Amino acid sequence: MTSIIKPAKTASFGTTNAVFIARSIRHSVRNTEALVMAIALPIMLMLLFTYVFGGAIDHGGHYVNYVVPGIILLCAGFGSSSTAVDVAGDMTNGIIDRFRTMPIRSMNVIVGHVIASLVRNLVATAIVIGVALLVGFRTSAGIMEWLGAVGVITLFILAFTWLYAAIGLVAGSPSAASGYGFALLFLPYLSSAFVPTHTMPAWLRGVADNQPITPVIETIRRLLTGTPIQDAAWWAVGWCMLILLASCVWASLMFDRKAGRR
Amino acid sequence: MMNVAVEMKGLRKAFGDHVVLDGIDLSVPSGAIFALLGPNGAGKTTLIHILSTLVAPDAGTARVAGYDIITDKEGVKRSISLTGQFAAVDEVLTAEENLRMMGRLSGLTAVDARTRATELLESFDLAAAARQRVRTYSGGMRRRLDLALSLVVSRPILFLDEPTTGLDTQSRRALWNTIRQLAAKGVTVFLTTQYLEEADQLADAIAVIAGGRVVAQGTADQLKSRIGGEVVELRDENDEIIREIPTGGGIRDVKMTIDELVRTAPEGSRVNIRRPSLDDVFVALTTKEVEGSAI
Repeated sequence: MTSIIKPAKTASFGTTNAVFIARSIRHSVRNTEALVMAIALPIMLMLLFTYVFGGAIDHGGHYVNYVVPGIILLCAGFGSSSTAVDVAGDMTNGIIDRFRTMPIRSMNVIVGHVIASLVRNLVATAIVIGVALLVGFRTSAGIMEWLGAVGVITLFILAFTWLYAAIGLVAGSPSAASGYGFALLFLPYLSSAFVPTHTMPAWLRGVADNQPITPVIETIRRLLTGTPIQDAAWWAVGWCMLILLASCVWASLMFDRKAGRR
Repeated sequence: MMNVAVEMKGLRKAFGDHVVLDGIDLSVPSGAIFALLGPNGAGKTTLIHILSTLVAPDAGTARVAGYDIITDKEGVKRSISLTGQFAAVDEVLTAEENLRMMGRLSGLTAVDARTRATELLESFDLAAAARQRVRTYSGGMRRRLDLALSLVVSRPILFLDEPTTGLDTQSRRALWNTIRQLAAKGVTVFLTTQYLEEADQLADAIAVIAGGRVVAQGTADQLKSRIGGEVVELRDENDEIIREIPTGGGIRDVKMTIDELVRTAPEGSRVNIRRPSLDDVFVALTTKEVEGSAI
């Protein structure tokens, strides 16, 4: 029944990553509810903000031009949050012990989830932009501005996905992970995503102006509408790098600490 | 090349105030089937976790396939396969995808991983369900896949944590056969179990642990002889066992036990005299341990 199979070598770093990324992408594609949500949400939000709220917020009818970056980030935040649930699910299943006792970098299982989240969210971003163009979004951005915007969005998704991965590692169960992650989803509302911060009460404005989402939103908005970026881009990249780095360190510490405990 | 597959000295582990392992010394020869026998909470899983590098001990040392479990984790990981207590399978994937994934992660090429997956699906009777998601599998199918995943490549030492828990008799016997075949090929099998029958049937050597300590070790026969002689079973008129009374095994011992029963046993009861089973040993050893630690 069992022939003796000796591997020529241990799996390479590249192979391990490729296998885990393929696994997580399979998981994403097979999670039908989450997939439908990831596609439907950007469309619904885009239509909601343009046709329902848009008229009240901006009588000139150009609200769509203002709100696109906000919706991209809202969707990206939502899309990344499922990483917490995926990671917590893996950590509560015996499969993680199997990975840990193999001669591979088992932390790569988390990298797989992060890359799958990046792919999902870039697709969602493309849908937001597609729908936005259909409902009247017009941009003066050239190829360089688009590349810059996509770069910032990618960095934002990576940073928040790692943050959610760390939350998934801390949480005791997938439903707890989902609960903790929910709080973060409010951040975009407390930023310049949907209304300019100068319309907010002074205390809230202080929060909105100084939280990480606002510079990211401003950078994308200015790139897409062709206004000078000023130092928003530095703040955006700085914040994202900080969150990315801190989350990576936090996640890898938690990953090691959780070994053998379920 | 090595005569000792797994060796541990003075292993201790506590979680908070709760001492789980209280100085474990054991040695498992290469190629043996070794059974770690103990009740729930005896520390069996913790010991497996320590030996498979998942958890660090508080004190003590251990070598697995000659590699130190603290200083040479990579060496240990290259030498072992672990099938944990809860099926370690990816439920979203199909059985075939699970096996191919494990093949790739174990260093096989894509082609070899596919071939190996097909072989294992066949030999573990999962070929018909190979393309179904594991979520739809029964407990027995999951367990078979779980074991197949541990055998994608041949590692010299296989850890099985309560491998037959939750299996029906037929699947259990099939699994025993698989384990025997692996041992015949030179694989050292280190398994934990709560079932004495399992240890009795499979193991070349048995260690009984209770309360974090090894309370007995040896072959099944050696352990049985420790309990001494024949056991007198007292049965009621429906042939249900009322009491099991260990005796010294001598004629006089047995007779005195039966004389006592003649006076005290209810009308219509019967006796049966049999050799002691591992269960008797187990009950004797573990209750002694519990009584001892209660003082």
